[in-house]
Amino acid sequence: MSKNLLSHRLFWPFAVLVLLLVLNIFFSNNFFRITVHDGHLVGTLIDIARRSAPLILVGVGMTLVIATGGIDLSVGSVMAVSGALACLLIGDLSDPHSVAGVLGAVLLALLLCLVLGVWNGFLVSVIGIQPIVATLILMVAGRGLAQLITDGQILNVSSDPYRVIGAGYFLALPVSVLIAAAVVLIASLLTGRTALGLLLQAVGGSPAASRLAGIQARGLTWLVYVIAAVCAGIAGLIYSSNVASADSNAAGNLIELDAILAVVIGGTALTGGRFSLSGTVLGAVLIQTLNVTTVSMGIPVEATLLFKAIVVVVLCLSQSPAFRERVFSRRKPALTKEAAA
Amino acid sequence: MVEQSPVTGVPVLEMSGIRKVFPGVVALDGVDLRLQPGEVHALMGENGAGKSTLIKVLTGVYDIDGGQIRLAGQDVHFSGPLPAQQAGISTVYQEVNLCANLSVAENILLGREPRQFGRIRWGQTRRRARELLQRLDLDLDVSAPLGAYSLAIQQMVAIARAVDIDAKVLILDEPTSSLDASEVAQLFAVIRRLKAQGVAIVFVSHFLDQVYEIADRMTVLRNGRLVGEYRTAELPQMELVAKMIGKDLATLEDLEQQPRETTARIERGEALVQAEDLGRKGGIEPFGLSIHPGEIVGLAGLLGSGRTELARLLFGADRADEGRLKVDGKAVTLRSPRAAMNRGIAFSSENRRTEGIVGDLSVRENIILALQASRGWMRPISRRRADELVGKYVKALDIRPADPDRRVRDLSGGNQQKVLLARWLITEPRLFIVDEPTRGIDVGAKAEIQRLVAELADGGMAVLFVSAELEEVLRLSHKIEILRDRRLVEELENTEAVDADRIMQTIAGGQSPS
Repeated sequence: MSKNLLSHRLFWPFAVLVLLLVLNIFFSNNFFRITVHDGHLVGTLIDIARRSAPLILVGVGMTLVIATGGIDLSVGSVMAVSGALACLLIGDLSDPHSVAGVLGAVLLALLLCLVLGVWNGFLVSVIGIQPIVATLILMVAGRGLAQLITDGQILNVSSDPYRVIGAGYFLALPVSVLIAAAVVLIASLLTGRTALGLLLQAVGGSPAASRLAGIQARGLTWLVYVIAAVCAGIAGLIYSSNVASADSNAAGNLIELDAILAVVIGGTALTGGRFSLSGTVLGAVLIQTLNVTTVSMGIPVEATLLFKAIVVVVLCLSQSPAFRERVFSRRKPALTKEAAA
Repeated sequence: MVEQSPVTGVPVLEMSGIRKVFPGVVALDGVDLRLQPGEVHALMGENGAGKSTLIKVLTGVYDIDGGQIRLAGQDVHFSGPLPAQQAGISTVYQEVNLCANLSVAENILLGREPRQFGRIRWGQTRRRARELLQRLDLDLDVSAPLGAYSLAIQQMVAIARAVDIDAKVLILDEPTSSLDASEVAQLFAVIRRLKAQGVAIVFVSHFLDQVYEIADRMTVLRNGRLVGEYRTAELPQMELVAKMIGKDLATLEDLEQQPRETTARIERGEALVQAEDLGRKGGIEPFGLSIHPGEIVGLAGLLGSGRTELARLLFGADRADEGRLKVDGKAVTLRSPRAAMNRGIAFSSENRRTEGIVGDLSVRENIILALQASRGWMRPISRRRADELVGKYVKALDIRPADPDRRVRDLSGGNQQKVLLARWLITEPRLFIVDEPTRGIDVGAKAEIQRLVAELADGGMAVLFVSAELEEVLRLSHKIEILRDRRLVEELENTEAVDADRIMQTIAGGQSPS
C-alpha cells in the first residue's frame, strides 16, 4: 500500500508542499492558526490560498492548452488587459458603487479577453502558427493594449462591489478563492463529464491518429485558447480588484512562467496528452507557499529567486524517474563488461 | 524437459534461466538462448510470447530479475543499451528508429562520426557511409535526408548502421515487414555475408517462409516460457506453428481453412462506394472502383504501388484532386476523415503506432475514440455504455491483457491492432478499409483477424482489404484490384483460376493473358 502511495504521480510535489508548510512552523509563529475576525477566516494558510487564486485560474487554462501540445504565453498580458478595461469602465461610471454597473464592466472585460482568446486560437488552429510564436504576439501586443486602455497611467478605482472580487469574503471565505474553486470545478466537470478531456488528450497525444479517428482538432484547439484567455481574464480581475487599481506593467507579469511551472509540477507533460487539473492546483499552491516561505524564513530579497530556483530543481529531480531510480534504488551498481576486442 | 538441439563449439552468447518480471506479469520465466558464431538463429513465438522482452534484456534495455548472460564464455551484465552495443550486440528494431530529418550519412554514423580535434569530418563521414551502403548493394545519395527515402530503404539504412558497429551479435527484429520481395532477397544476401564473417544473427519475423529460408536454428517461446530449441531443417513448418500457439495441428488447419469457405460468391446490387476517375497528383493515378455491400475487395501490389494512397482517398484522409466519388449513388466530396465516417466509412491505417493508436490513452479510451469523435465532445458516451462496448470487443477479438484500463502503448503489436479494429467496429461502418491489418502480428492473431474480416462481410459489411501478402488477399477477397506504379492496372474476379502466380505476373508488369 505504501508503495502505491509512493508511486502516485503527485506524491513528491505533495511531499514538498507538506515539507514547506512544516518548515514554516520554525520561522513564523501561529503559521497554522486560523482565526475568525469580523466573520472572516484569517490566517497565513488562508492568505496563501487567497494569493494562489490567480495562479490557479491561469494554470487551469494553461493545463488545457498544454494538453493539446500547445502553450499560451499571453496569459499575463490578458490579465493586464482585463484589469485595465474593467477599471476604465468602472471609473467612467456615474456611480462606481453600483452593482449592475460593475457587473457590466466585468462582463465586458471578460468579453474582450474572450475575443483575445479567439485571436490566439485562430492563429494556432486555423493559420497553423506554432503556439509559442502565435501567443508571443499577444504577449507583447496585449500589454501594449492594456497601456493604451489606461493611457499609460495606473488607474485607481474606488468601488465597493469591484473590491469584493479580489478582497471580499463570502461565508467567511475569500471570494477570490471561491471563484478559483468554482472555475476548477467547472473545468473538471467540463473535461471529465463530457468527452472534452478524452478528445484533448487524444489530440495532444497523437495528432495524426486523432485526425484519422475523425477528431476535428481545429475546434478543440481553438476552444482551449479561448478558455485559457477567459481564465486569465478572471485572474486579472481578481488581481486588479485586490489592489483597487489597474497597473498594466505589473499585472500578471511573468505569470505565464509560473503557470507553466505549476502545470509541469502537476505532472502534465509539455509534449501534450495526459493532463491533471488537480495536479496543476497543487502546483500553483506549492509555488505560492514557496513565495510565502521565502518571506517567513527571512531570506534576503536578493536571494529569493535563487532559493526558489533551488526548490524547483529539487522538485523536478524528485519527479524524474531516472533520478529516483539512481538515488532510491538499493540495487548494486551495475557492472558492465567491455568486450575483449 | 525442454528440447535442445545439439550444438558444437563455444556459443558466442549464452543466456540461461532468464527471468523478467513486470508489475503483475511474469514476462520471461526460465528462458534460454544460445547463439553460435556464424549462424542465423530465429526467435519464434506469438505476440506477447516474450520475444521483444528477451531482445530488450539482451540489448541492455531491461535489467533481468534472474538468470545469467554469458558473452564468449564470460558473465556479463549490461547496465544499458550503450554497454551492450560496445560489447558487440547490435539491434535493428521493427519500427525504424532513425531521424528522418538527418541525412543518410548522419544517420548511419550518428555518434560515431569520424572526428578531428572534436570537429566532424564530413567528407570522411559521407565516404564511410557510402562504403557501408555498398556492402548492402545500395546506391543512395548519402547527403539526402533519410525521410526522402521509402520505409524499405530506411530499414536498409538502419541495418547499415548496425553493421558498422563491430557486431558479434546482430539482432534483426522484423526486418522484412516493410520490404518487398526483391528487397528481402537483398537483405538475405547481406545476412549471409555477415554470417560468413562469423556474426551470430538473431532473426525475428512473422514470415515463416523467410524464417525457413534463412535460419539455421530456432528458439521457440510461448507465454514467456521456453518451448525448445530446434534445427530448422528438422522441424516442419506446421509443427513449428503448433508449438508457437500451443494448439495441435488439426485445430490449426481448421483455422487456416475457414475464411476461404465463408467467402462465398456474392450478388451485386447498387454499389455502396463508387470511384470514377478518382485520383490525386503524386499519390495515385485516376482509377475506377466499385465496392458493394457484403463484398471483400482485395488491394494487391508492391510496397509503394499506391495501395495506401488509394485507400486514403476513399476515406478522405487525403483529398482527391480529380474525379468523382459516389456513396449510395450520390456524388460526395470527402474533405476530411470525419466526412467519410458520417457516410459509414472506416479506415484502419497501416501505421499502427503513429496513425492508429494513441499510446498514452487506455484500451477503453482508444476503442471509443472514433465513436466519441463522431458524436462530438458534448455528447459523451456514458461509462456504462463504454464498458459494455469495450467489454464486448475485448472479448470478441480476444484482446490481451483483457484490462480496459491498461495503456495501449504497453500492449503487443497484435493486440494494438485488435484495439484499432475494435475502435472502428463499434462505429458499425458500412465500408471498412483495413490497411495491412495483419502486418507484424503472429499467426494466431492473423488467422483471427482474417476470419473476422470474412465474418464481417458475411454480415453485409463491405471491406477493402489492403495487404502485401498475396495468399491473404487471395483467401479473403471476392474481387482483387492490382496496383503497379501508382496505377490501378487490373481488376480480377477471384475465381478458382486465379492464383498467386497470376497476380504476381500483373504486379511484375508482365502481359496479362486476358
